[in-house]
Amino acid sequence: MKILVPVKRVPDPATTIRILPDGSGIATDNIKWVINPFDEIALEEALRIKEKQGGGDVALLSVGQQAWQEQLRTGLAMGADRAILVRADQPLDTLAIARVMAKIVGDEKPELVIIGKQAIDDDSNQVGQMLAEMLGWPQATFASKVEIAGTKCTVVREVDGGVETLAFELPAVITADLRLNEPRYASLPGIMKARKKELKEIPVDSLGLDLAPKLKIKALAAPAKRQAGRKVGSVEELVGVLHSEAKVI
Amino acid sequence: MGDVLVFAEHQAGHFSKATLVAVNAGIELAKKRGGGKCIAVIAGENLDGPAGELARYGMSKVIALDDPKLAHYLADLYAQALSALAKSLGAEYVLATATAMGKDLMPRVAARMGAPMASEIVSIGGDGTLVRPLYAGNALATVEMDGPIKVVSVRATAFDSAKPGDSAAPVEKAKPELDPAGLKMQFVSFNEIKSDRPQLTEARIVVSGGRGLKSGENFKTVLEPLVDEMGAAMGASRAAVDAGFVPNDLQVGQTGKVVAPELYVAVGISGAIQHLAGMKDSKTIVAINKDEEAPIFNVADYGLVADLFKAVPEMVEALKKVKHS
Ligand SMILES: Cc1cc2nc3c(=O)[nH]c(=O)nc-3n(C[C@H](O)[C@H](O)[C@H](O)COP(=O)(O)OP(=O)(O)OC[C@H]3O[C@@H](n4cnc5c(N)ncnc54)[C@H](O)[C@@H]3O)c2cc1C
Ligand SMILES: Nc1ncnc2c1ncn2[C@@H]1O[C@H](COP(=O)(O)O)[C@@H](O)[C@H]1O
Repeated sequence: MKILVPVKRVPDPATTIRILPDGSGIATDNIKWVINPFDEIALEEALRIKEKQGGGDVALLSVGQQAWQEQLRTGLAMGADRAILVRADQPLDTLAIARVMAKIVGDEKPELVIIGKQAIDDDSNQVGQMLAEMLGWPQATFASKVEIAGTKCTVVREVDGGVETLAFELPAVITADLRLNEPRYASLPGIMKARKKELKEIPVDSLGLDLAPKLKIKALAAPAKRQAGRKVGSVEELVGVLHSEAKVI
Repeated sequence: MGDVLVFAEHQAGHFSKATLVAVNAGIELAKKRGGGKCIAVIAGENLDGPAGELARYGMSKVIALDDPKLAHYLADLYAQALSALAKSLGAEYVLATATAMGKDLMPRVAARMGAPMASEIVSIGGDGTLVRPLYAGNALATVEMDGPIKVVSVRATAFDSAKPGDSAAPVEKAKPELDPAGLKMQFVSFNEIKSDRPQLTEARIVVSGGRGLKSGENFKTVLEPLVDEMGAAMGASRAAVDAGFVPNDLQVGQTGKVVAPELYVAVGISGAIQHLAGMKDSKTIVAINKDEEAPIFNVADYGLVADLFKAVPEMVEALKKVKHS
């Protein structure tokens, strides 16, 4: 089966974000860049499906700058077969990114797109759902379990108050949640092999799409800092202050 | 111009506080966008009761998309019905709360209409700008959207919920526009995690446990007595959920639920930024952790450096005493 896995380059989740004084963005010096953690989970799931089926094609797709090659190489080292980088240097909103992906899906014709549920930088949680709609495909977001039998797919989803099971025919878009799997690390032989794998670049302008952003970030600001309170010496004191000072119990 | 269509999610005809937050935010947005109308839409089957109930919450109209095909929520179907309605009304905004359903549905609605979407907004500016958190809440972005129609999801903790009034808005029944060829998803089952406790996102007090609890058994025997003594909802860190100590829908954080109760008690939780993103707007925060350097203490109003296996049972006893005094 052909599976497409979108990959976004994001700051390592452990990074402390600093906002530039003029509010135009974040300071990018001293940031370690990684694959969006949810995309690693999506890739792991794609690799497992391929392994289970005893073959297939797992392609990575990024819509970003030259530097994103680094994360694509990491994904190739984890085991993806090839990668596509749609080179775009201008800022794109989620709608434009989904539109680019829909175009690539149209050319590549995968049977399945597995994508992270959310990018941990913009926290939008949109692209997978938008892509599914643009393609007219079913979607299963926040997946914690995926089962495929022929062209039939069953997904268990994490929703409010429990878990839901959906069924549909492929092709489809699945968005990965944290509990779907534990991603593997790239092995040394994997890293060696990755250097020789195909990484195709496509200039975004060559796709002939309307990509003018309809959502623009005007400014970034730091949220109000919460003041650290104080330490209490005992359980008794804690219950006392909650009762008499904070008046919450 | 400036009409706001609010998608009002319901559970078997019941409206949660989170849904009523969307109604309130919709009314505020309509006001700030030049006094447009706020119209609420509900979808499902046999909606007369719930539509009448919803009509008391201050919007100018309730539209009920009543159809047996909408009895079970499915993203593709609901996106069709909602976007067709928004277009026919000429609404400027389509808005919902960022619940699991809102997160699943609204981007699909946006894509269907070619509209931009702002996720999980926390405030509405006078000039039509919206504010939303990025980077696990470490930055607040002021965003502006272009185009005749825009989609918004609202963070439930950031707005009050709408209050019922004496008068009721008119209720209108509408036939949803559904394309049978576009129905590709099939609902199989819903496995509800039943609990007698208050809902995590609605509770006045939340007590959360982390990896420090060490097992699901300890959640039951050590943490739950405290949760119940306080009449609280139970939450958890990702580490506790990943380890299988508690179900996934208890996860608080960047990628779980966002809560802002009057009192949040973090037990055996270190305070990673992804966890803080889900609870740092709580009114009062208490942390119990044996490591005095744990980052959770940087946001806690009251910190207790102690072994939780000793402190938590003691706290249950102390609370009983307060209650009886
Ligand atoms: C993409 C991504 C998304 C994430 N999303 C979330 C999210 O939504 N929510 C979330 O919570 N996390 C999330 N995380 C994970 C987060 O980074 C942390 O790993 C997690 O919050 C840690 O959970 P914890 O505090 O329970 O465990 P730990 O960090 O291991 O902390 C356990 C704490 O318990 C204390 N302790 C141990 N024993 C005792 C004892 N006997 N008495 C008292 N204290 C004790 C320790 O001192 C320690 O501070 C995410 C991570 C990533 C990469
Ligand atoms: N420019 C991009 N290139 C590749 N994947 C992306 C891009 N932007 C977002 N995604 C993926 O889409 C998913 C949802 O992202 P978002 O809607 O931005 O939260 C995440 O898993 C992202 O990694």
